[in-house]
Amino acid sequence: MKQAQTLYDKLWTSHVVREESDGTALIYIDRHLVHEVTSPQAFEGLRLAGRQPWRVDSIVATADHNTPTRDWDHGIRDPISRIQVETLDANIKAFGAKAYFPFLDARQGIVHVIGPEQGATLPGMTVVCGDSHTSTHGAFACLAFGIGTSEVEHVLATQCLVMKKARNMLVEVSGRLGRGVTAKDVVLAVIGEIGTAGGTGCAIEFAGSAVRALSMEGRMTLCNMAIEAGARAGMVAADEVTIEYLRGRNFSPTGEAWERAAAYWRILVSDPGAHFDKVIRLDGAGIEPQVTWGTSPEMVGSIDSRVPDPAQIVDPTKRKSIERALDYMGLQPDTPITEIRIDKVFIGSCTNSRIEDLRAAASVVKGRRVAGSVKLAMVVPGSGLVKRQAEAEGLDRVFREAGFDWREPGCSMCLAMNDDRLEPGERCAATSNRNFEGRQGAGGRTHLVSPAMAAAAAIAGRFVDVRSQF
Amino acid sequence: MEKFVRLDGLVAPLDRANVDTDAIIPKQFLKSIKRSGFGPNLFDAWRYLDPGEPGMDNLRRPLNQAFVLNQPRYKGAQILLARENFGCGSSREHAPWALLDFGLRCIIAPSYADIFFNNCFKNGLLPVILEGGAVDQLFREVEATPGYRLVVDLEKQVVLSPRGQAFAFSIDAFRKHCLLNGFDEIGLTLQHADQIRAFEAKRRAEQPWLFG
Repeated sequence: MKQAQTLYDKLWTSHVVREESDGTALIYIDRHLVHEVTSPQAFEGLRLAGRQPWRVDSIVATADHNTPTRDWDHGIRDPISRIQVETLDANIKAFGAKAYFPFLDARQGIVHVIGPEQGATLPGMTVVCGDSHTSTHGAFACLAFGIGTSEVEHVLATQCLVMKKARNMLVEVSGRLGRGVTAKDVVLAVIGEIGTAGGTGCAIEFAGSAVRALSMEGRMTLCNMAIEAGARAGMVAADEVTIEYLRGRNFSPTGEAWERAAAYWRILVSDPGAHFDKVIRLDGAGIEPQVTWGTSPEMVGSIDSRVPDPAQIVDPTKRKSIERALDYMGLQPDTPITEIRIDKVFIGSCTNSRIEDLRAAASVVKGRRVAGSVKLAMVVPGSGLVKRQAEAEGLDRVFREAGFDWREPGCSMCLAMNDDRLEPGERCAATSNRNFEGRQGAGGRTHLVSPAMAAAAAIAGRFVDVRSQF
Repeated sequence: MEKFVRLDGLVAPLDRANVDTDAIIPKQFLKSIKRSGFGPNLFDAWRYLDPGEPGMDNLRRPLNQAFVLNQPRYKGAQILLARENFGCGSSREHAPWALLDFGLRCIIAPSYADIFFNNCFKNGLLPVILEGGAVDQLFREVEATPGYRLVVDLEKQVVLSPRGQAFAFSIDAFRKHCLLNGFDEIGLTLQHADQIRAFEAKRRAEQPWLFG
């Protein structure tokens, strides 16, 4: 009998071109997503070596990190950002791509939003991009992971990567999530449990009834932050939810190919009894809305908790980290999370900028007003198509009437490479993925939350339990 | 890629866990389309007292004298001693580029984030893993001893302290081979171009929807 395989084992094995005796393997790459920040040096390397891309039809490209989220008729004002975006335009023009969604295109958006939206991410693929949040695409039972620029060049030149197999890790979330508890809360709770290095060297499969019950968008949020748990890749097994999401998308197969593809996709699950090197189990019903209080995603607690007191921590390295974090965040030990007041709200990023995220936030905001103490509350849709869908549903009006800015798509204030940023000392409720020092702007203070929790914080001017808002 | 064989270098200690790549090289410097010139902005928010932007004359900016790499005793350091989960966060290869451009050739830490770790090898920057106790000891020694140097011998896979203590480390054989010889990995992979083409043809026949 064939040995039981995990989903990761299946994805890995089906992409091995060759393998050395020490386990170093050449892995074939099906989809290469490209954006403006991590590709210029790779194309330059290709050019200097006189090489051509191995398979142009594997490339899907967009400009997202640097693009402004307003005044698009003025173009990109920052000259350095403009050069980077124009460099991508020129490289795609020179080398080619299956699809390119440049700045100003109606389908432009965050690379991890548009890949699935276009059906360019399909189950069973290997998907890479010079961006750590490529793990997002694992929601489709893909092996998807972020790579550095040298590897971007390597994939361009050879359609392969040199790798060793990671270990298998299972994160099983059983039961049902409570009302107002989302995929974002689940993944933050997981990171709080295992730490930001808990998945290092592993590929995480998220499973269990609470995961199965998530929509594809929820699964993307979950896999998106596998990297914050230390794992390069996160994934969810394929099921009918996966298949239905892909039906009729731009690059999805059609006709007979669709039937063959869907039949293949249904085997992209872990076999019963497959071995995992590491297993974490959580009860979904016990997960509450989460808010980070520190400068690492593992510094997180539930909405009804308090900021920790470093004096209570025995391990000296950990104690120092918490002291530093509280100092940077301007927080006192033992402060209830619900007493933390905010200056700005950011709803967006590859973690939480899809239509369901915007609907969840809008349902909290509807008929209310952003607190007077909040200087800026902004919604940045993940793509042009998400934006148009939201507008068709009237969500833009809900947000605008409440006092939110309604912006053009892009990465925006998740990493503040464009003009959207926090000023020193400003505190933000953000639906993004990283609360590192300076991530949203030098001296800025980030608290990571779900879209509904960010919306509730915008209305109250401080963190509140969204479950009390229904 | 520059070879890495043996390094006898001054050590600088960075005593923080979970140092992320946003801290190593902040996002405003990622707008460059080059691989070089990131050194002056390595750890920008910790090294300088003012907010850094591309195009500034970094020599005129106020330094944070308390930051370890600004202290005269660590000037010219080639080895960075660090803590757990070094290089977590963003996949930006600008992080190893900045460390190298600053003059560092080797990092010693108990653990690294996967993507950063991988990126180091592509650039001739050696990330050595030593267990936590050994790293603790090295932190104590480097802080107590001005001019503290270590020898990192990749061939023998060992870090040698001034008192002659040897700390063995393991490293993937293929990565070691590439570092010792300064090999271009793309060139090595392309030696297997026929195998890649054969794999691709089979895949195209079995799952045509992935192509075109």
